[in-house]
Amino acid sequence: MAVTHAIAAGMGGMRAAGDLVARMQMSRGMRIREAKAYVAEKLGVSSLELSDPVVMNEVRDEFRLGLVRDLPGMAKGIESKFRIGELLGIEINCLRRFRERSGLKA
Amino acid sequence: MGKILTRMGDGTLTEMDEADLKRDLEEGTRDAAERASVSPLTEDEQKYLFDIFTTRAKFASVELGSEVVLSFDGGTLKTRRLGVATGRIQAIQFFEKALGADTMELAHIDYSYKQIKPIAGDEQPVLEQALLVSTVPLFYGAMPNLGIYSQPDGPVPNPAELLPQGKIKEARAAHEEAVEHAVKDIVYVAGKMYESGADGINFDTTGAAGDPDFLATLRATRILKEKYPDMCIELGMAGEFVLGMHGEMTYEGVRLAGLYPHEQVKLAQNAGVTIFGPVVNTNTSQSCVWNLARTLTFLKPCMENSTIPIHANVGMGVGSVPVVDNPPTDVVSKASKALVEILRLDGL
Repeated sequence: MAVTHAIAAGMGGMRAAGDLVARMQMSRGMRIREAKAYVAEKLGVSSLELSDPVVMNEVRDEFRLGLVRDLPGMAKGIESKFRIGELLGIEINCLRRFRERSGLKA
Repeated sequence: MGKILTRMGDGTLTEMDEADLKRDLEEGTRDAAERASVSPLTEDEQKYLFDIFTTRAKFASVELGSEVVLSFDGGTLKTRRLGVATGRIQAIQFFEKALGADTMELAHIDYSYKQIKPIAGDEQPVLEQALLVSTVPLFYGAMPNLGIYSQPDGPVPNPAELLPQGKIKEARAAHEEAVEHAVKDIVYVAGKMYESGADGINFDTTGAAGDPDFLATLRATRILKEKYPDMCIELGMAGEFVLGMHGEMTYEGVRLAGLYPHEQVKLAQNAGVTIFGPVVNTNTSQSCVWNLARTLTFLKPCMENSTIPIHANVGMGVGSVPVVDNPPTDVVSKASKALVEILRLDGL
């Protein structure tokens, strides 16, 4: 059923920009239109392109935001979240913990 | 137009003609409007639904560019229930990489904050590892589930045993004591998971045990947001109205029993909830047409009253989705399309 909703109405997660738009809803409480406009402006794409896996694969590759395809040398997991937090201008909770525990400075 | 093929709320196929379809749309929206004292769907909205249901395609979808964010109650429970032999971190990776999930949720099979409290220390390292290898926002979720605070499973006297004895005062006192216990458990577990790095906390199936359940969750939300102002809290409901198991419980002076989604969301956002998940239960004796019209009618004023994102619940048995283990894609996708395009929801 999750697949049905994902195909019928979902943004596609990491295939496109669904995770990025979700982060704006979660961190700033933005409604869907505002969240899409915010992410689109940061990425330099249109709101329509946020759900386009072809455009977004290139954009995610360029900004190193994590890809579905597991390629050598690409940012993965928490590595890509550092890029996402910086690009969107938000504090991602687990990154704060990561810096504290690893001794990295903010 | 020939016969229209749709389904009942139990998932079985049924045939309708145009008059049947229109009648179910009208009766579904009227039922919700009367119960919640809200406006029925407009003629245009009913026409939109009519067109969705008369399409003979097996699958419906929103227009390009109208997609919304998906969040997942239960998250990692879903693969466990299927008997797929995989760990929870792999389940998160599979949803993220293969199923197009916008967010994901780590969940324990004993899906209640009370049950997780003694094993929180074992749950935190799993969450911390999952956060290292995943990219999409990760919730930790469970149910407030006040039903398990009563004896013999929990510490307080059982209201279901006290009420038949006419001990109404004692039953209410038991509910009130359960609320105190639940708030402590929810705050403890949610705090631990947030300190481990969770992107959000999900209170799933809130109100399943009635007004005490809803009150405990609102109070816990307020405490958590005061302690962790940046915490994302998603509060998903259990039913379309709050059951009055106590009957006199209030939050900010508002009686909780009998509240419908457009009233629930006001209290949720005042308490500090980030994303609200309203529920409308599916009636198995009625058609999916009737159920979807009813769902839209309950949720439309909820959307209008809200200042926070709304992710409507459309899992099995809610949001017009049939009560069946394998919900058919035809009616599920039509629910997806109608909810997003008519209500302009923020997510599902």
